[in-house]
Amino acid sequence: MARLNIVEAIDQALQQEMQLDPKVVILGEDVGRDGGVFRVTDGLVQRFGEERVIDSPLAESGIVGMAIGMAVAGYHPVAEIQFSGFVYPAYDQLVSHAARLRNRSRGEFTVPLVVRMPYGGGIRALEHHSESMEAIFAHVPGLKVVIPADPYEAKGLLASAVRDPDPVIFFEPARVYRAIKMEVPDEPYTLPIGKARVVREGKDVTLIAWGAQVRTIRDAAQRLEAEGAADVEVVDVRTLSPFDFETVTASVAKTGRAIIVHEAPRTCGFGGEISAQLMERAVLHLKSPVVRITGFDTIPPLAKLEDYYQPDVETVMETVKNLPDF
Amino acid sequence: MPIRSLVSYSIERVEVLGPDGTVDEALMPELGAEQIRTLYGQMVLTRQFDERMFKMQRQGRLGTFARVAGQEGAHVGAAFALRPDDWLVPAFREIGALVLRGVPLAQLLQYWSGDERGAAVPKELRTLPVSIPVGTHMLHAVGIAWAMKQAGETAAALTFFGEGATSEGDFSEALNMAGVFKVPVVFFCQNNHYAISLPYTKQTASTTVAQKALAYGMFGVQVDGNDVFAVYRVTKEALERARIGHEPTLIEADTYRVTDHTTSDDARRYRTDEEVEVWRLRDPIERLGGYMRGKGLLDDVGAAQVLAEADRKVAEAVVAFEAISPPGPEEIFDHLYAELTPPLAEQQAELMARLARRR
Repeated sequence: MARLNIVEAIDQALQQEMQLDPKVVILGEDVGRDGGVFRVTDGLVQRFGEERVIDSPLAESGIVGMAIGMAVAGYHPVAEIQFSGFVYPAYDQLVSHAARLRNRSRGEFTVPLVVRMPYGGGIRALEHHSESMEAIFAHVPGLKVVIPADPYEAKGLLASAVRDPDPVIFFEPARVYRAIKMEVPDEPYTLPIGKARVVREGKDVTLIAWGAQVRTIRDAAQRLEAEGAADVEVVDVRTLSPFDFETVTASVAKTGRAIIVHEAPRTCGFGGEISAQLMERAVLHLKSPVVRITGFDTIPPLAKLEDYYQPDVETVMETVKNLPDF
Repeated sequence: MPIRSLVSYSIERVEVLGPDGTVDEALMPELGAEQIRTLYGQMVLTRQFDERMFKMQRQGRLGTFARVAGQEGAHVGAAFALRPDDWLVPAFREIGALVLRGVPLAQLLQYWSGDERGAAVPKELRTLPVSIPVGTHMLHAVGIAWAMKQAGETAAALTFFGEGATSEGDFSEALNMAGVFKVPVVFFCQNNHYAISLPYTKQTASTTVAQKALAYGMFGVQVDGNDVFAVYRVTKEALERARIGHEPTLIEADTYRVTDHTTSDDARRYRTDEEVEVWRLRDPIERLGGYMRGKGLLDDVGAAQVLAEADRKVAEAVVAFEAISPPGPEEIFDHLYAELTPPLAEQQAELMARLARRR
């Protein structure tokens, strides 16, 4: 066991998966000699060579499109998009090809591809570097969408993503890339894609989030407990697609209350989907309306106003305390 | 049947001002002494501003930004050939060009400090705000150029980008559209040899960027990007071809980024100090200064004055920047649409109420 942050945990997962499977290759901008702009692929080109850690030209559609071809031909490419805000040229490749090839060819051709990308705000970044657009990928049939919340999760979920037979979009929460450090097993391990995780048990209300916001709801839960205000259950969704409605529904059936927290814009954010699932599956257990705490339907503001946009611990606590009863 | 050759090509490189400060008089563009002094002053201002921004970033007063040091000959030289009725569609490594277009220094500081109001470039400057997604903006220059042609304006659009952008699909689409529609646009590539860590030779197998023009039916030329006279000459000619004949051009300025990619980058991870040193010796400002000294347009006292004047403008801008009151949280919602929509109005009220409760 070593104490690792998310960057180091993913780096380790990539290294181990490359060691286990010679067909795993990495490609992206600056992933080789530079080790990635966040250093997630640090040391990999030195270890595995330029044939397996490929510095690509500056072309996101090129990276993903080529990776699809590599996957069809038997490789397990792990493509990096430098920031999720730059993925849009590749969206066509993901939606029109990666997501569809298995279905179109009735399983003859498959795309075991991982597309990794940092996402989300809170890092005082430039324009296009803070968006949280996971819902537009979760909306695409044929793609899996995985978002780890901490280093242990990141390592295990990425290993599963690399071994998955289908395309996985792997969003990495840039805000907590280095902010969370924890013990991570040295040996390779996997965590299930498609399974949510109850981070903390409670009986009054279920807080639901993914990525960096798991820390927000966990902190809120601890403070609410310390204040004696509420006994909060915390659920880390982990995988937006396929979504684990069983775990989430079971939790809400128990507590009777649900608050979904995400920093993505509210309209058509994934919180809306979870809320709808709860209405369909758990409405008779509900003691309060399902509530969303989200980013606004705006462009994420630049540094000077960024903090106003992000859901924060205070807002979560305030919302829990003021939940109306039916 | 014999196999015939259908197309053959050659690509020219233009150099006017040598490293020793001497010029090829036959190629020297028409520039009066006052214009040359202005050009020199703008390049020095750009350098000093860049340096000051770097220090402010390290102090936490600015966010991440892309430095321009060493590329003043390329982007300032090109922007110097623009007329006020031309359009400029920038990427993000052309601060000197924006300054030359009249964007106030304080406003640029405001933008890079993380305040959206800094991107509110006055419309009459015909200069779009910086564009960060690489390569995506060149098409906008094509559209603007098309509109100018429709309006019968004899003006052109100039767009900047780096050699990394030439790998993006939008680059091909922009050049193709410009060629097909014959619009008055000049594509100006600052080939600074690195896209973050990726060297030119791994970006493209093409010997030059300039030759990419030929596939799209337009003129392409390479120029020594650290030779401001050559850059000015080539850009001016291209703009004139565009304004009068609606002929697009691709210009490749061969230059070098002597600094890190941005303030978040560490270039020592991917290139040697020796390599950078070679390019530092080709400094565009030193080169122009050498020429001016030879012509009696500059001496030590004059150079010190230019430097002091630049520093004074930068210092004034910093004072003006720091006097700007912070943006209000309600502004997050105000500019998404022409009118605040009901959902946004509701969310704005929600935020303001939340803040009021906490006050």
